[in-house]
This record gives sequence, C-alpha cells and structure tokens, in this order.
Amino acid sequence: MSGLDSLYQQLILEHSKARTGGDLAGLPALASGTAGTGESHQLNPVCGDEITLRLSVGVNADGQAVSEIHWHGDGCAISMASASILSEIAPGMPTGPFHHTIDHFRELMRSRGKLEADEELLQDAAALAGVAKYPARVKCAMLAWVAAEDALRQAESGVE
Amino acid sequence: MTTVSTPVWGDSRISALDDDEVRRIRTDFPVLDQEINGKPLVYLDSSATSQNPRSVLEAEQEFYEQRNAAVHRGAHHLAVEATDAFEDARATVARFVGVADDELIWTANATAGLNLLAYSFSNASAGNVGGGAERFALKPGDEVLVTEMEHHANLIPWQELCRRTGATLRFIPIDDAGALRLEEAAKLVSGRTKILAFTHTSNVLGNINPVDVLVRMAREVGALVVLDACQSVPHLPVDFKALDVDFAVFSGHKMLGPTGIGAVFGRSELLNAMPPFLTGGSMITKVTMEQAEYLPSPQRFEAGTQAISQAVALASAANYLSETGMERVALREAELGQRLVTGLTAIDGVRVLGPAAGEERTGLAAFDVAGVHAHDVGQYLDELGIAVRVGHHCAQPLHRRLGLTASTRASTYLYTTTDEVDVLLEAVAQIRPYFGVTATGGKA
Repeated sequence: MSGLDSLYQQLILEHSKARTGGDLAGLPALASGTAGTGESHQLNPVCGDEITLRLSVGVNADGQAVSEIHWHGDGCAISMASASILSEIAPGMPTGPFHHTIDHFRELMRSRGKLEADEELLQDAAALAGVAKYPARVKCAMLAWVAAEDALRQAESGVE
Repeated sequence: MTTVSTPVWGDSRISALDDDEVRRIRTDFPVLDQEINGKPLVYLDSSATSQNPRSVLEAEQEFYEQRNAAVHRGAHHLAVEATDAFEDARATVARFVGVADDELIWTANATAGLNLLAYSFSNASAGNVGGGAERFALKPGDEVLVTEMEHHANLIPWQELCRRTGATLRFIPIDDAGALRLEEAAKLVSGRTKILAFTHTSNVLGNINPVDVLVRMAREVGALVVLDACQSVPHLPVDFKALDVDFAVFSGHKMLGPTGIGAVFGRSELLNAMPPFLTGGSMITKVTMEQAEYLPSPQRFEAGTQAISQAVALASAANYLSETGMERVALREAELGQRLVTGLTAIDGVRVLGPAAGEERTGLAAFDVAGVHAHDVGQYLDELGIAVRVGHHCAQPLHRRLGLTASTRASTYLYTTTDEVDVLLEAVAQIRPYFGVTATGGKA
C-alpha cells in the first residue's frame, strides 16, 4: 500500500485527529466589519466537507502578520489534516509570505505530482504533497487554504 | 416487512443465478477484465452506472455502421431502416416494463424524465389547458407529496414546480431504519394532494417501498402517482401496469445500456392530454406562424433528433436482461445484498443504513465507518481495486435524517461475484485499524 501510505502519512493521520488550531465553535459570532479579522465558510458539494475559518492579522516586528486562526469543520482526513496543519504554520507568518505559501500550495496540489514541495515554505504542509497524485482529493486538501485566502483578503482590507 | 425468503416477485420454481453462471456472464463485460493498482477490479458501483455487455456495445456500433439516419423524416431507405430500429427499440423496452409502445417516451435519463413531467405539469398550470390538461394544473393550496428518502432528481423538480405554481411540497417521513412511516403518509394524503412522487427502491437504503399501499392512498384522493424506478427497473422484474402507477421514469445506463438514454412511462390517456415540455421539430401535426398542433404520444414529447443509437443499444440491454431472467437477477442480488449487510454489520464500528440483515433489500448497502470519513473509506478501497460510491449519493436530506453527511455505498449487479463481496468485507474490516481509529465498540 505504498501509494496509500504516501497519501495518508502518519503526520496527516495525526493532524486529522488532533485538529490543532483554535476552535471556532466556542467563539462569539464575528461582528461584521471587524477590522483586521476575516472569516470564510467553504463547502465541497461533492462530499459535504465544510470548514469555517477565522483569521486575524496584527502587526509584529516583521510588519503585518497572521496573528491567529480559529476554525471549525467537518470532513475527511485530508481536509481536516490540511486545516490543522495550516492553522499551525500560519500564525506569526507575515502576510506577504503567507500569500506566497498559499499560492505555492495551490500550484503543488494542481501539479498532479510533477512539482516538488518547497519544504522551507510549507513546513509540515509539505506532507500533503502526496495528495497531488489523487486529483479527486485535491479539493479536500485545498478547502482550508481557500478559506484562509478569503479570510486573509477580508482581514487585510479591514472590512468584512 | 417481507423477508428475503419470500420476495415479492417470488416464484419457488425460479432460482437465483449461481456463481458459475455469473462467471460466464462476466465474460460478456470487457471492462470488468482489468486490474486497478495491480489488483483485479472489483466493481461495486453499478447503482451509479452499470457496465455494458459486448452485445450492447455492438448494437450501437452496428446501428452507426449500417443503419444510421434521421428517424421519422425522410423517405430514403436508410431513414426507413433507422426509424424501424428506433421504434423496434421502443417496443422492446416498453415490453420490458410491461407497457404499450405509445406509453414510452425517450428521454436523456431519469432526471430528464422527472423534469419533463414537472415542466409539463407546469405548462398546464400556466394555462396551457384544454383537451383534459387542466387535471395536471397546480395552484396555491394544492400539494405535491414526496418522501424523505428521495434522490435529488425526484425532489428538486417538484420543489421548483411548487415554487412556480404556489403549490405546497410535503414529504412522508422515514423511521430510523429508513422505512416510510405509512401511518404518517395516511395523514398527509388528502384531497389537496395532486401528485404523489416516490422512489420504488432507494439508491441509499436498498429497501423496496410498498407501491401498492401508496397507490391505493393516491387513488382514494385522485392524486397522480409518479414512480422513480431508476433503481428498480435494472434490478427487479418491474411491470408498471401491474404496479398501477400513472407515470414512471428510469435510466438506460443503470441497466446495462449506454448513457444519454432513459424513458418516461405514462398512461396513454394522460400523455395525450398533457401539454408538451420541449417543443420543436418532429412533435407537431400542423404549424402556422401563430401556433402549432401536436402529435399524440410518444412523438408529442420527443422534439428534435433523438438519441437513436442509444435507444437501439438500450433495447439490446433489455434483451440481455430478459434472456438472463429478471427474477433470477433479483434473487441473486437479494442474496448478495444479504451477504453485504450481514458481513458489514459484523464489522466493529460499521453501521449499515436501511433494512437490517434478514429484511428485504436489493443488492446494495450504504454504510458508515465510525471515525473514518466516507471519502477516506473510498480511497482505501480504491487502492485495493474496489470501486464504490462515496458521498451523499444525491440524497442529502436522507443522510441528514440519518445523522450523516456522507456514506459509502457498495452496489451489485448480475455480474457481481460472491468473492467480490467478500473482498470488500475483508477490506472494510481493515479500515478503522489503518486510520488508527481505536475501537470504541460503538456502533452508532
């Protein structure tokens, strides 16, 4: 089962169960127009996987950076692990490099396995590289990243 | 509840297809003879789409190689041959489901068939009446009744019809085992009910609904009965006249035929009173710049060039099934359905949707693996060459009612071996350990 093991790496299975990152379910609803914070709900109609992700941007020594991520979701091991890893690597990352990381992750996922993962950029998310060989599962891996990109855009614009 | 030992179609002199016959049948299906990921393909997704025997593929090719022409127009030799082939195909498929030739309308598939009915009723509601069409008209206060287990194809067209006409959509609820709550149905059916639309066998639960009971309820209040026979016509002997329904739909690609062809059955007096849905060429008698008069059924509902070669191929599929014997197919699949539900239920953490082991069920089982998402279940099985369906199977309300967003479905057909079912069962037993889901002992 080498193919399957490359998809479901131990790190992914662990993340799919641990689901690191703040739990959005316990937080009050986001007031519309909250500056510096965005929230996005994404649904995969094929399988019913869904995620709601809230992302805040703050200013640290490097300038504008992701300050925190909370999320709540329901879905397969790939989509949940992807959300968990994302919420672990993003906080503290300056917004410029975070945009770049999302772009690279998307390219990697769409490459059908032809692109090498930039491990420095993706960190643990590089473990999801195996998903690229399973086109039917790319949307699962992308779900949280699409939500994060949308939430980031809102947070940066300062309005909902 | 009828048990499998006395199936509704039962005739004790008829026996199920046996393993040797199934092995011979498999040689007729080229696609089954292949490996996926180095493992023999185990195709358990026939309820989504079935595979085609060589005779069906050849029938379509033979039509294109020797008889291809437009039908019902043109007087040349090929046009006559093509028209004969097209109408012979209709007669064959009509006979297969127990109806007259002019009561069978070709459509693209069952979804198109249900939309044809809903839009024809809509046209009647919009004032396209006369010739008896008023009986199909809906208005505020009228009700359309469906069930909670419907495929989206037998739900959304009615939602939209109600939205357009102001009628109200209601549904017959199911119990936790997925059975229709008939005592609730009896309360819901009233003089306001104009249409009762329900599935013959559920594509998720594998149960067989009591058509006779529901038809009786509808008859008492004069409601029209629409039967979604998409999952029954391929797998059970079905006679729409004996079932006494007004309309029924089914798809060719689920019964060994090609995609792009399906049919609507309607009682002839209803079809000839019903306003057409698609209009245009080939469905008219007289056309002026202001208006048109329409042909009787079936041409009335077949505007434009039809899926001729697909119809011919579907007739070949119906012949293949008839020659094999639908009673024998049904008995075989009932055995496989029981093997599935019994085996799956015995696996820790696996919950099978629908009727319990020992209760009547077709050859399919949808199930939930506790702690493992259906997509991951499907991925694991695919690695072993096992093709199953994962997701909501176009039945979101049903899944929601059963407390799920998705499930995994294994479905059989006349070419499915008992070994294949066992390969699936062995694989499913390994899934929770593989994903590191600790035994909870909890069967949901």
